[in-house]
Amino acid sequence: MSRKVPEERYRKTFSYQFKAWLEGTKDPFLGRVEMRRQEAPPESKEEKERRERDEEALKARVYDLEHNFEMRIFNRLYRVFSILFCIFLVVMLLAAVSDLPAFGRGENPVNNEVAQRYIEEGLEETGAVNIVTGMILDYRAFDTLGESHVLFIATCTVLILLRRDGEEEQREGRDNDRLYEPKDDVILQTAARVLVPPILLFGIYIILAGHLGPGGGFSGGAVIGAGLILYLNAFGFAKTERFFTARTYRRTSFCALACYSLAKSYSFYTGANHIESVIPLGTPGAILSSGLILVLNICVGVVVAGTMYTFYVMFRKGGY
Amino acid sequence: MHWEYLLNNYEEAVAMILFGIGFSNLLLQKNLIKKIIGLNIMDTAVYLFLALKGYISGRKAPVVVDGVTRAEAYINPIPSGLVLTGIVVSVSVTALMLSLTIRLYRRYHTLDLDEITTRLKREGK
Amino acid sequence: MAFVQNFPFMSILLSLFSGPLCSVLDGKWARRVNTAVIAVIGIMSAFVLKHVSAGQPYVYRMGHFSAPWGNEIRVGTLEAFMACFFCAVMLLCMLGGIRERAAQIEEGKQNLYYVMVNLLLCSLLALIYTNDLFTAYVFVEINTISACGLIMIRQTGRTFEAATRYMIMSLLGSGLLLLGICHLYAVTGHLLMSNIKEQVQVITATGRYHISLMVALGLMSVGLAIKSALYPFHAWLPDAYGYSTLSSSAILSSLVSKGYIFLLIKIFYRVVGIQAVRESKVVNVLFVFGIAGMIMGSLSAIKEENLKRMIAYSSVAQIGYIYMGLGLATDAGAIASLYHVLSHAATKSLLFVAAAGLAQASGGSDRYGDITGAGFRNRLAGVAFTVGSLSMVGMPVFSGFISKLLFARAAVGHAHKMLPTVIALAVSTILNAVYFMKTVIRIYTIRPVEPGREGENPGSGGTGRQSRGGIGAVSAIEVAEAEILPKETGRTVRLLEEPAKAAALVCFILLNLILGLNSDPIVRLIQGGIEMFE
Repeated sequence: MSRKVPEERYRKTFSYQFKAWLEGTKDPFLGRVEMRRQEAPPESKEEKERRERDEEALKARVYDLEHNFEMRIFNRLYRVFSILFCIFLVVMLLAAVSDLPAFGRGENPVNNEVAQRYIEEGLEETGAVNIVTGMILDYRAFDTLGESHVLFIATCTVLILLRRDGEEEQREGRDNDRLYEPKDDVILQTAARVLVPPILLFGIYIILAGHLGPGGGFSGGAVIGAGLILYLNAFGFAKTERFFTARTYRRTSFCALACYSLAKSYSFYTGANHIESVIPLGTPGAILSSGLILVLNICVGVVVAGTMYTFYVMFRKGGY
Repeated sequence: MHWEYLLNNYEEAVAMILFGIGFSNLLLQKNLIKKIIGLNIMDTAVYLFLALKGYISGRKAPVVVDGVTRAEAYINPIPSGLVLTGIVVSVSVTALMLSLTIRLYRRYHTLDLDEITTRLKREGK
Repeated sequence: MAFVQNFPFMSILLSLFSGPLCSVLDGKWARRVNTAVIAVIGIMSAFVLKHVSAGQPYVYRMGHFSAPWGNEIRVGTLEAFMACFFCAVMLLCMLGGIRERAAQIEEGKQNLYYVMVNLLLCSLLALIYTNDLFTAYVFVEINTISACGLIMIRQTGRTFEAATRYMIMSLLGSGLLLLGICHLYAVTGHLLMSNIKEQVQVITATGRYHISLMVALGLMSVGLAIKSALYPFHAWLPDAYGYSTLSSSAILSSLVSKGYIFLLIKIFYRVVGIQAVRESKVVNVLFVFGIAGMIMGSLSAIKEENLKRMIAYSSVAQIGYIYMGLGLATDAGAIASLYHVLSHAATKSLLFVAAAGLAQASGGSDRYGDITGAGFRNRLAGVAFTVGSLSMVGMPVFSGFISKLLFARAAVGHAHKMLPTVIALAVSTILNAVYFMKTVIRIYTIRPVEPGREGENPGSGGTGRQSRGGIGAVSAIEVAEAEILPKETGRTVRLLEEPAKAAALVCFILLNLILGLNSDPIVRLIQGGIEMFE
């Protein structure tokens, strides 16, 4: 004989949960993950309509749209001219493309003696098996120097905008984080325990093998950053703060960029003054080869990994 | 101006149309997030165009295999390096624009730039 | 190779290295490092200038490989002089804004401000010296991002909105610039400026790829024009200059747009060749928008009620002057534009620092009603503002007169564009006079203080000047104005209250006078530099 069980016990049984899943009323996070239920802010229909009416009235009053005939005409003309400008731009660009040399042919002007020397003598002059790495870190190293500083300065601006400095603001950031992000999720933690070590290892491999095959500092750094973000998501800020704090980021990025600048200063100075560089090129194909390229890849990788992690942390909480 | 060449160079034509779409989104959309998406489309179109410049049909990627260093065996490596630089720049400015959007939203609770201007005009001239 | 020839490369790398260095120091040390770096780079550029003007322009290899396989920078008299001048202006702007920075930027973020300024200096130097188009693009991006950082370091709603508008406009321009560079690369196959020029001459001789070349030139010009706030694309400028902190406004108005204009001149002369530029229609577009900017900028400035925004609108007009000069597509026009770049850099920063001094004497507000009579409360700032205004209007003795003279000389004798240029110069001079002289008269207006109001002045050290009884004709106007103008909220600022700002103002005035009285050697230097550009 079946007995009627109390309501709370019934909710834990399999049949109740199956039925709820069938009907679509089951909340998969409730009871499993420590997270508040997300609800839309309470606003009745009248309040919403009143708010929208207020905004329209505000705009009309500021710009005086009923009486300002010229303003309306100007707005419309502005949009018409912008659309015409964009169409004109696309037509002009298509005309330019139709005039360009044909796609994928070897006789194009871009395939000239510059590319030829990079391919034919790149290996012996730079020591890198990956010709593109040799090009961006040796032949045209000045561009890459500027580019890593673009990343650095973007991080500085994100820090200016989003870093919470005072006690009050930090508390607010922590509370917001607890409100919207799950904590102690079983699936994430199990997956992270399995995945994060191989991801980090793979990232390190990409950085170190940048001159031996496809790879390099930028891609490897992005992969390491992704691994760190996964670790943070699974285990929370308390565990990540043990090895990655604000000071860590500041010091590692400063050391990496300083090392990069010094190495490149040496290289440019010896190059311009026609002095031979003392750094050996090694045998192509070995890890310790190609002069400064390995060191530069590591520096760039460190900067990019720190930057990716900093972006995520700043967007989420505003502090480390 | 030979318009039939467009049918041959159709990859580059597509890149230009994408550039136009991204540009008009960045210029004309009102929502900030859509503007940022337009910016990304525009930049990606430029990188597509640049990467197409390097391709030569029938040749391989520029990583030296088996010691072959003849110039006829590999595609042009220069555009690949330029695209690498460009992608990093694009990521940086996207992060910057998104943080600006977050700060603006926290303060004004709207993603519409014109509405923010209106409110600023009212707040205090 | 003489050791002095290494200095340009060292200055670029020194400013680049000091960026991350300032990010690990705290605010005070970061400021000292920043000042030291700007001063050292200025001195190094002066040495380079001396060396190059005695000798030849030279090309410096960045790396072990020469062009077209490696990167290069090119150093001539014009580049060295611009580097030295920009360092001097930046140093004075930073000195003038110390008090405002301490008040308006959060404690923990002070060092990040100096990071931005250092990287801005590095990008300016790289844009001045570079000989490679793609390097120029990368440093243009650094310039954009650091300028955005300068605007929004003062975290108010207005600066965020201004920074967002600035970034949107700038990124439009960057996209167009990069697309132009890619088209040029597709057609010529080189990225270094000298190599591109040889290829362009081959192409124009055979007549192939003509449309692509013209489109590439158009894209690059329009992209750089959008970034330097040419007339229809100037919507971000008044808010950005008017509401950011003082040293940001001064540096932005005097230096940031000028790097792009210098790059545009380099593209015209060194990449495409001035001949091809003349045949294209792009210079006409720049010319028309330049004239429109001159007139519309001045008209908007007349309507303004806020001192800093008025000066910002005047910047729109001055950028219009520069593009009008470039639109003439002659050597004389380019020389006039470059001289105006120098003159505007010196004068506009002077105006901003003086305006901050006047606002300081008026209770911190820079609305028109409150700065009445501020010229008597802060004497040095009043004198400096007068000097700047007279220079903008074009009085002889000051630098603005020389630049207007050069523009007029460049326009006379031009085939089609003489009449519009001369008319626009005349009209905009009158408009400039209207709003600048109005402000100068206002800051030296004495207002009567009625006996009942004397005790009501809040927080003032002295009550400002009282009107002497015997000022005959003025007193009638004063009595009439006494009803309209609000209560006087000013205090007298003593001369040595802020030595850094006073020193900056004096040096700016001297710089303006030097440019105005001693213009011949500078014009000759610019002329020689442009000839060396080819």
